Amino acid sequence: MSTYADAFAAGPSHGWLPELRKSAFDRFTALGFPTTRNEDWHFTSVTKIAERTFKPVKPGTCAVSQKAVERMAHGEADWHRLVFVNGRFERGLSHFAELPADVTVATLNEMLKESPEFVAERLGKLASFDAHPFTALNTAFTQDGVVIHVPRGVVVDAPIQIVHICDDKAAGGAVHPRLLVVAEAQSQFTIVESYLAVGTPSYFTNAVAEIEVGSGARVDHYKVQQESTEAFHVGTVQVTQARDSVYHSFSFASGAALSRTNVYTRLIGEGAEAKLNGLYLVDGTQHADHQTFVEHIAPKCASRELYKGVLDGTSHGVFNGKVYVDPLAQKTDGKQTNHALLLSEGSRVDTKPQLEIFADDVKCTHGATVGKLDQVGLFYMKSRGINAEAARTLLIYAFAAEVLETIELDGLRTQLEAAVFEQFVRTTPE
Amino acid sequence: MSASIDALVNKEYAYGFVSDIDADTIPKGLSEDVVRLISAKKNEPSWLLEWRLKAYRRWQTMTEPHWANLTYTPVDYQNLRYYSAPKSVKPLQSLDDVDPDLLKVYDKLGISLNEQKRIAGVAVDAIFDSVSVGTTMKEELSKYGVIFCSFSEAVHNHPELVQRFLGSVVPYSDNFFAALNSAVFSDGSFCYVPKGVKCPIELSTYFRINAAETGQFERTLIVADEGASVSYLEGCTAPKRDENQLHAAVVEIIALDDSKVKYSTVQNWYAGDKNGVGGIYNFVTKRGKAMTNAKISWTQVETGSAITWKYPSVILQGDNSTGEFYSVAVVNNKQQADTGTKMIHVGKNTKSTIISKGISAGEGQNSYRGQVKVLPKAENARNYTQCDSMLVGNKCGAHTFPYIEVANNSATLEHEASTSKIGEDQIFYCKARGLSAENAISLIVSGFCKEVFKELPMEFALEAQQLLGITLEGSVG
Repeated sequence: MSTYADAFAAGPSHGWLPELRKSAFDRFTALGFPTTRNEDWHFTSVTKIAERTFKPVKPGTCAVSQKAVERMAHGEADWHRLVFVNGRFERGLSHFAELPADVTVATLNEMLKESPEFVAERLGKLASFDAHPFTALNTAFTQDGVVIHVPRGVVVDAPIQIVHICDDKAAGGAVHPRLLVVAEAQSQFTIVESYLAVGTPSYFTNAVAEIEVGSGARVDHYKVQQESTEAFHVGTVQVTQARDSVYHSFSFASGAALSRTNVYTRLIGEGAEAKLNGLYLVDGTQHADHQTFVEHIAPKCASRELYKGVLDGTSHGVFNGKVYVDPLAQKTDGKQTNHALLLSEGSRVDTKPQLEIFADDVKCTHGATVGKLDQVGLFYMKSRGINAEAARTLLIYAFAAEVLETIELDGLRTQLEAAVFEQFVRTTPE
Repeated sequence: MSASIDALVNKEYAYGFVSDIDADTIPKGLSEDVVRLISAKKNEPSWLLEWRLKAYRRWQTMTEPHWANLTYTPVDYQNLRYYSAPKSVKPLQSLDDVDPDLLKVYDKLGISLNEQKRIAGVAVDAIFDSVSVGTTMKEELSKYGVIFCSFSEAVHNHPELVQRFLGSVVPYSDNFFAALNSAVFSDGSFCYVPKGVKCPIELSTYFRINAAETGQFERTLIVADEGASVSYLEGCTAPKRDENQLHAAVVEIIALDDSKVKYSTVQNWYAGDKNGVGGIYNFVTKRGKAMTNAKISWTQVETGSAITWKYPSVILQGDNSTGEFYSVAVVNNKQQADTGTKMIHVGKNTKSTIISKGISAGEGQNSYRGQVKVLPKAENARNYTQCDSMLVGNKCGAHTFPYIEVANNSATLEHEASTSKIGEDQIFYCKARGLSAENAISLIVSGFCKEVFKELPMEFALEAQQLLGITLEGSVG
């Protein structure tokens, strides 16, 4: 802990910011890293993160080429793209397409210089670090990030992509990227976050996103986590949704030795809708943990969740989906589904779907299944002349496809479909 | 709607009388001396006293668990009486020896021992406060070699069996309440069904807490030897008192190879008044171990108690063993229940089924908490879980906390849960056909719980449906 204190003292400061950072650091010091005695971390031990000291990565020259970014990052030429390498913004690798008037897409550091009040009013307001040590750690150590502000009624057609790449220079270090999104009433846009790596360095990414979705607004948020398989990734997304807003989250996770993805949304305005989907693919000794928390605070809101996991090797998957329905949230319609497919003998999964309901006029369901590949399906295909490997591939792909189909960006969907094949398919079907 | 809700909620607890029976009690408080005193009063062999003392010492190092979704005034363990026995107890040869006052109490409760014995053919072991007062149908059972007696009798007459199985499924160190029970348990039921015997009649235990400020700590041990089968019923009531009474029981079931045990509970402890004053704190540890090809089935109807903390579990130890859990839990007024089950799959080809129906009314809070765990060696494990909650009224809550932990890829697990309001259109339909709102609700709730009720033995199923009706009376209009 003392090494964190040294690193903290050496960190940068921006006007009002030191105070917030100081209180976040104090909170982190008080909370410490969560242990498995903490119900929210029951199945995931972060000892491997806690026992090492990941200091913020030192600035250095960027060794990642434009070509490498093009190859790795999912996305298309007309997307707005901000690229961060080892936590530092790389203007040279980024691409700014034309944006509608008054739309702001900037780095956190730029915004701190140009409109510090905008940031001061909002940073840390949604993502409270009171009970979340990793959010506290991010707030204390964040070096940079992205601020997106879309004014009332504005529709941004092209997705805004944020790419985080780590390479060997990040080895042993930590990056704490921050994302602040303000979607004013009736606005519409799509965010794509990618966490990628060159090679297999061991580092720690601790990301926090705060997203405010105004009334009638719609935000589509894709997160692709393909970190180095030696890396650690903790990512928290905290959303609040006003009246009739729509927030759609899609999380794809196949990287990191240990990853934890939190997606929390508060439905505070009547008629808001949240769609949380996710797919994780793990192999070897990987550990992937997903936690979702939907708070139905206002009446007549709907939430839909579909999370699926494919596990091979001796990997370990965890899913914890919480749905809370406030006494005032009448006419809530909540549905949560979670399926895990265990491909190998050593793989294991722990799942905990959870409902806490305090209102009576509601319809809430959850379903969870765990199983292996359907032997009857395999047999059927083999009896029709499809070889065993191809049949297996088809079944895995079909399992994953249900979630992938919810991706509304064609390019991204095709790329992630390919990633599924690459990871689990021994031979590509004809 | 609300006027008739209120009218219905205010139904009185029908079993809330106090019986003025002379009781042999010990001073309040808990210490090693008290443990020794209880053991001495029961004239126990030294191995049992040693076991109690080990449990007591372990208990002292433990803290009360607070992970459950329950809020209650903490129990002052030093302000409780750990032993209370009706004074007139002496070794009983037949029912005729039982204190007539006691028999009257049972008559009042509607479980006349005489009647049960003669007509229903159910053997009843009735536990009054801490001591077993009469076991019916003993002769009939002994013809088959079935041992069914109070725990104390078993300690004296069948020490080898008790010593072999006591604590083998729920060790004294298992949890806070199990440790407390192991230290101070006063009596309970013991049942042993020998190899290959199908117990010809349903066995039944009836529990009642009578004395004030008394904790009831009964211990039930059921052993089904190879190829045996037995069905066991348990019922509970307590008088109305303003202070909270503690009930911390332990039930252990051992189902050896190819045996079957079915354990049914209708729990109707006093639930406290509509303001949440009084009522029983029900902290119970129930667990069974199923060996090869054995089957353990738990069925529970939980309508009483202010606080319920109860997770009847099955360790599926042997290959091809089966575990079942059928539960109806109802909370009304300020009742809180945190109940569910654990199915631990250890052997190969093990199967478990969980059907849980929760009904919340008034300001009641009902939580289902369950764990299905498949260990790495448990090939081809199969689990099906369904937990449905129904909400009646807008101040209650229904919560679900399932834990699914799978470490073997040949396992197939399914979990489904739903929460919804009682169907207004269903009520309307029934009313349109001339049923009162009350009858309509009763009908809908019975339908909702049908899958569980059909698992109960006939007499119990009727009683359970009536109880449910009473508990929910007035909760909807």
